[in-house]
Amino acid sequence: MHRFANPTRFVALVRAVQPWAAGIALVTLAAGLWFSLIASPADYQQGETVRIMYVHVPAAWMAMFCYSSMAGASAVTLVWRHAVAHVVARATAPIGASFTFLALATGSLWGKPMWGTWWVWDARLTSVLILLFLYLGYMAIENAFDDRARGSRAAAILAIVGAVNVPIIKFSVDWWNTLHQPASVVRLDGPAIHPSMLTPLVLMAVGYTALYLWILALRVRADINMSKVRALTLRGA
Amino acid sequence: MKPKHQRLALLGLGALGLAGAAALVLTAFEDNLVFFQTPTELATKSVAPNQRLRIGGLVQEGSLVKQGSDVRFVVTDLSHSIPVTYRGLLPDLFREGQGVVAEGRFQDGTFAASEVLAKHDENYMPPEVVEALKKSGEWQRTTGK
Repeated sequence: MHRFANPTRFVALVRAVQPWAAGIALVTLAAGLWFSLIASPADYQQGETVRIMYVHVPAAWMAMFCYSSMAGASAVTLVWRHAVAHVVARATAPIGASFTFLALATGSLWGKPMWGTWWVWDARLTSVLILLFLYLGYMAIENAFDDRARGSRAAAILAIVGAVNVPIIKFSVDWWNTLHQPASVVRLDGPAIHPSMLTPLVLMAVGYTALYLWILALRVRADINMSKVRALTLRGA
Repeated sequence: MKPKHQRLALLGLGALGLAGAAALVLTAFEDNLVFFQTPTELATKSVAPNQRLRIGGLVQEGSLVKQGSDVRFVVTDLSHSIPVTYRGLLPDLFREGQGVVAEGRFQDGTFAASEVLAKHDENYMPPEVVEALKKSGEWQRTTGK
């Protein structure tokens, strides 16, 4: 891992990953959408509305995955002082926030026809809203300091403190009575979802993950280039 | 001890303390974190008259009576049950044997709901599979947790 603490080597890795992530994202998202919208059955209770799941559930997974990555990278930043780890965390925040927003918005659109309400303050929905605020808070703190190193450290601490919310989101539906149903896929007795509906869900999840890596690669390279520009400007001034 | 080990230990201790604090807070506020209470939980608890609350459970099979926009049904968790009255539109997923959450207050033994929400379970399958399961006798009503 320490090998990649060197920005030059890290950028080489990122450049190698980027086209693969882009290709996998485009192919699996196209296939996933086709399966989601056309080549999968309606649900026995929810009918065609179930198709919202294929957009909503992977977005919620990515919201938590991005946050975990951000918190993990922040821990590496604080302990080992690896600058590229912080670049990864900083580049992840807006992507994770977008996935969180997508999960909240599609969940709301799904809740109205199925539950009969756009929003309720149950433990699952509330903890995901808090996740969105954590992302926004992270981005705000990151940019709030003139001394960028201080902002980075404060933001990294926020990311790590906020990580306590991730298991709360995951297990909220098991620990408390919620309107949101319990987990269908990641649970001890195996998936409670028919294989014909699991296929599009898995394809979409792979596609979202590849999309994240693709955007992350672009953002990381842009971030490192920006630091170079800043360094050159300072030297020239 | 190298500084980076010191920082790692500090981070580990901080994370432990934080997790402990979160666990204590969530346990302390457990009553406020539940979205609804089941009939069995309410049977062991005294509810102040006119206190607004949410009850949740399954709509008992055969209990649904509609008269115009007035609806009556029974919410059960299979050991206790509560009769509910409601006036208004029911959500699409509302059906007998399925999960439901009702918000309102108790009035002379029945629960007068002002809002009824349908709760769906974690099972997803195509209708043909349900038919096949019913034919083979493998179909079991979910408990609607």
